[in-house]
Amino acid sequence: MEKFNGQVLFLNKADINTDEIIPAKYLTEISKQGIGSHLLEDLELEHFSAPKDIIGKAAIITRSNFGCGSSREHAPWALAANGINLVIAESYARIFRRNIFNCGMLAIELSKEEIDYIFNKYRFLKTDVKADTASMEIILTENQKKEKFAFSISDFDKALVKTGGWVNFAESHY
Amino acid sequence: MGKTITEKIFDKHIVDNPSDNIQVISLDGVFCHEITTPPAILDLMERGKDRVFDASKIKVVIDHVTPAKDSKTAMQGKILREWVRRHQISDFFDIGQNGVCHALFPEKGFVRPGFTIIMGDSHTCTYGAFGAFAAGVGTTDLEVGILKGVCAFRMPETIKINITGQLPAGVFAKDVILSIIGRLGVNGATNKVIEFDGPLIKAMSMEARMTLCNMAIEAGATCGICNPDMTTIDYLWKFIKDEFINKKAALKAFSALNSDPNAVFATIIEHDITSLTPQVTFGFKPDQIKAVSQMADTPIDQVYIGSCTNGRIEDLRVAADVLKGRRIHKNVRAIVSPATTEIFKEALDEGLIKIFLSAGFCVTNPTCGACLGMSNGVLAEGEVCAATTNRNFNGRMGKGGMVHLMSPATAAASALTGRITNSELFHTFVKIKE
Repeated sequence: MEKFNGQVLFLNKADINTDEIIPAKYLTEISKQGIGSHLLEDLELEHFSAPKDIIGKAAIITRSNFGCGSSREHAPWALAANGINLVIAESYARIFRRNIFNCGMLAIELSKEEIDYIFNKYRFLKTDVKADTASMEIILTENQKKEKFAFSISDFDKALVKTGGWVNFAESHY
Repeated sequence: MGKTITEKIFDKHIVDNPSDNIQVISLDGVFCHEITTPPAILDLMERGKDRVFDASKIKVVIDHVTPAKDSKTAMQGKILREWVRRHQISDFFDIGQNGVCHALFPEKGFVRPGFTIIMGDSHTCTYGAFGAFAAGVGTTDLEVGILKGVCAFRMPETIKINITGQLPAGVFAKDVILSIIGRLGVNGATNKVIEFDGPLIKAMSMEARMTLCNMAIEAGATCGICNPDMTTIDYLWKFIKDEFINKKAALKAFSALNSDPNAVFATIIEHDITSLTPQVTFGFKPDQIKAVSQMADTPIDQVYIGSCTNGRIEDLRVAADVLKGRRIHKNVRAIVSPATTEIFKEALDEGLIKIFLSAGFCVTNPTCGACLGMSNGVLAEGEVCAATTNRNFNGRMGKGGMVHLMSPATAAASALTGRITNSELFHTFVKIKE
């Protein structure tokens, strides 16, 4: 199972779509690693500039309906190619969320209030996050101060994270 | 307690219930194109599992960039062609017989009421027009579909939209679905199925129903779905005539799937379109909708008529009707891409292609290209496109370009004036002038 910890990239916008995560013109690339350098290239957002703000990040915290639009799994692959395997948001588009777990990555939902709180408190601070699928909590760390938030994912999603994704799971079950 | 059509389809296909409300269902169709399938094929090969669960249930097309525009897209086609040959997949549509997947596969009879279908393409929800449960998936879901013939879903609840009223002049299925997305929002149907019902649906052709279901994903829906009726049977009859004594028997069999009168819906929305006017998007999200009249002074650089939403024969007829005997505005370039080879032929036979060419349109081969900014009509920075497609995301048709979504009639009228234009007003204006 992968580890889910590292520095947070805050994307303060709802409805970030998969065209913004990885533009279609790069879908001609067959290798999953090859698209990484174009992650979030078309995202227009205050206080964010790609690729400079992506370097060294391991997780994204964002608003609602993250990953809407196209079904392209190139979106999670582009995240993974940059070392990002954890997303925390108010909600996700269905296909994107499925793709994340299918790749053995982790997509966590927190309430609107919690996401608002986290943005207000941490968005301009160097913040680290750790997600623990055993205790079902995430721990935010800023300047050595820690804060915990509980989350829940289904046993199925947990099993996908544990086995490394849907292909492995399906191979052993069907 | 009654059941919805989606619940009945799930009941017939359940394989496993791994946790909570997650259901693994068997698949009647796994559809593939050259963008999202090659990484699945390569991964299967790497795992030493280059197999297919049932070659007869896998349907394949090259449609996104066709003909190939460079070495990379040529390689995507090559990987798909070699895979199809290796596994003797007979339903493969290469250039010359191909078309935009969601127009092509229904036309070939591959979509039937009650089917479960996945494809590595978000607009797979189009097939719900036939009373199928069809959902867009990512490459890993597709890969497992190819290998095992199953897919996992959170059992979706259904939002029923009861559409009443008659379409006013100049208003089409595209305007109806834009008005519904505007009402629900881009997140309004996430993890749900939208069941389109009501008198307007019953009066609609299969083409119009496909336009509606196609854009269900733009409200976040897993699938759009219509209950099968005689219009469905008429469309499918040439493919199913050996399976039933007559159309009435087919209708009886398929309508058993229809949502029960006492089925439980998450929400029931009444949507009256009696006073609906032509609609157009204005921002970078498909729920940002205005009346065409509010956007009427917006200059445009390009018009694009085509895509899995609005590249079917009815769409071309409507557009040609507006364009007949006229020329596009001097500041506009216009492209029409019939969605399949069969549609292209039909348009030729009906004289529509001549109308487009005489009006100054470029007629391209069937392809998805321009809709997602991959080929055949990419915008430059700062350019504006009046498009019959389904997504107006920032940079969708080219970095820095703006896309306004609209019906084929509105797009054709806009091509003539160089500004976003209501086709009916245009007609009226010309009639008065004449």
